[in-house]
Amino acid sequence: MRRPEADTLRALVAAAGPGDRRILGPDRSARVADLLAGSVLAGGRAALAGRNVLLATGDLVVAAAALVELDGLAARIVLCPPDVPADQMPTIAARAGIDAVVTDGTGSPVDGIAAPRIEATWPPRPAGPATDPIATEWILLTSGTTGVPKLAGYTLAALVAPVLARPSPPSPVWGTFYDIRRYGGLQMCLRGLLSSGSLVLTGPGEAMPDFLERLGRERVTHLAGTPSHWRRALMTPSLSAVSPAYVRLSGEIADQAILDALRTAFPRAGLGHAYASTEAGVVFEVDDGREGFPASFVGLNAATGVEVAVVDGSIRIRSPRIASGYVGTPEVALAGPDGFVDTGDIVEARGDRLVFAGRRGGIINVGGRKVHPEEVEAVLNRHDGVRVARVEGRRNPIAGAIVVAAVVPRDPGLLAAGEAQAALKGAIAQHCRDALPPYKVPAMIQFVPDIPMSPAGKVLRPHA
Amino acid sequence: MSTRERIFAAMQQVAAEHGKPLRPLADSVPLLETGLDSLCFAILIARLEGEFGVDPFTSSEEIAFPTTVGDLVALYDAAAPLDAAA
Repeated sequence: MRRPEADTLRALVAAAGPGDRRILGPDRSARVADLLAGSVLAGGRAALAGRNVLLATGDLVVAAAALVELDGLAARIVLCPPDVPADQMPTIAARAGIDAVVTDGTGSPVDGIAAPRIEATWPPRPAGPATDPIATEWILLTSGTTGVPKLAGYTLAALVAPVLARPSPPSPVWGTFYDIRRYGGLQMCLRGLLSSGSLVLTGPGEAMPDFLERLGRERVTHLAGTPSHWRRALMTPSLSAVSPAYVRLSGEIADQAILDALRTAFPRAGLGHAYASTEAGVVFEVDDGREGFPASFVGLNAATGVEVAVVDGSIRIRSPRIASGYVGTPEVALAGPDGFVDTGDIVEARGDRLVFAGRRGGIINVGGRKVHPEEVEAVLNRHDGVRVARVEGRRNPIAGAIVVAAVVPRDPGLLAAGEAQAALKGAIAQHCRDALPPYKVPAMIQFVPDIPMSPAGKVLRPHA
Repeated sequence: MSTRERIFAAMQQVAAEHGKPLRPLADSVPLLETGLDSLCFAILIARLEGEFGVDPFTSSEEIAFPTTVGDLVALYDAAAPLDAAA
């Protein structure tokens, strides 16, 4: 399908203005003008035309350059972060109908995917004019499920709508702690590319102190990350190297403690927290430095077209910014028949505010990684010394939340503290460490005499 | 045990559980160079809340996040209820 040239990412980036605009990484940097004139796909362009392309480079600057080229050229782009397990890659590729892979040899594990490889090259080489642009579907991987992530398909128009609704001031220097292959990071990448300024991206494995010092040297003015990124930055002495005019949080609940800490660290900066998800897009931004959001945000925002509803305590969103649907899993609907996405995010009224109270079903967000309590409970329940276990999140100032477990021991004699209890707790913890990645292992295990059950025999959870 | 000794003991335990080599602890060591990662810190702060009955990260009006081991100890020294500081 043909589409107007003016709608492509390349055209939007070009229209953002001339000037000395750059994309800056630790290993590679480029002038935006050179990206627009050249190509990192060079000889591979013809082989990528009309294809479903998996973008799996390790370097984020190369990834950003490839995105500018692939929009309008490929039929689909799957943005693949490097931490996707190798055994999930073939399923992801099959669901998206991948028939070409762009790599730089350092990104996601693509060995299990049978499709031609196109090597991204650096620096960009001179290239002929782009061909007539076609419609390109952008695909982001969700993080809210166990097992293989779902594929959320987007139009570029839906992705850039939040950026166009809130233009940057002239010549900003955007910086982000995120990986630009995830929704939040992609938003910041687009914000940088569609501004009249520059964009500073982190490198694979770049340590927080090094990145902060580099952000300082580049005089970052707009800096974005999750609350967990910011907590880590606040514990890094080289945070004093940066003095952004705007500080932004999204991706996890921004509680009053982290907002206050950032206000203290950057007293003169604008401070905003955004509510967004991979399925629902950017919903709104809150700029008053208070946690949660004004209750008046519920309803239709005439300026953005975003509609917020609260049903049974959870937020539902209908908006021009939401994903078009899941790709490759027709049995799963992204939105209901009324067009609303059920986010599963629970809010509670507190005065004139609605405050985020976690996820329905008790899903625990440990530093941006989601943990299903049932998965951890199943591991606990397999241990001989455990009769039944309940897992929940506990708020934590460093990770947002951590996993804690209440366990009914098989031997009631072990309810009393002592050496035997300590030994069993140690054994249960080791059993969990053997079966689960560290962030899913209960940080604390408490022995209790019983755990409340529903009439159906299920462990009772709030908001389940 | 002093606040410092109790915090050091908790750091050693978390490091051991997560298989992280811990640097010799001293007040001047930057927290991010102790060998503990973000998850370990999260667990440490949760356990210290159980130990001292206080979470200085969320209970203080104005928090300056600690950057060194000494800062962390001072945070608990300042925030710990009297009975726990004895």
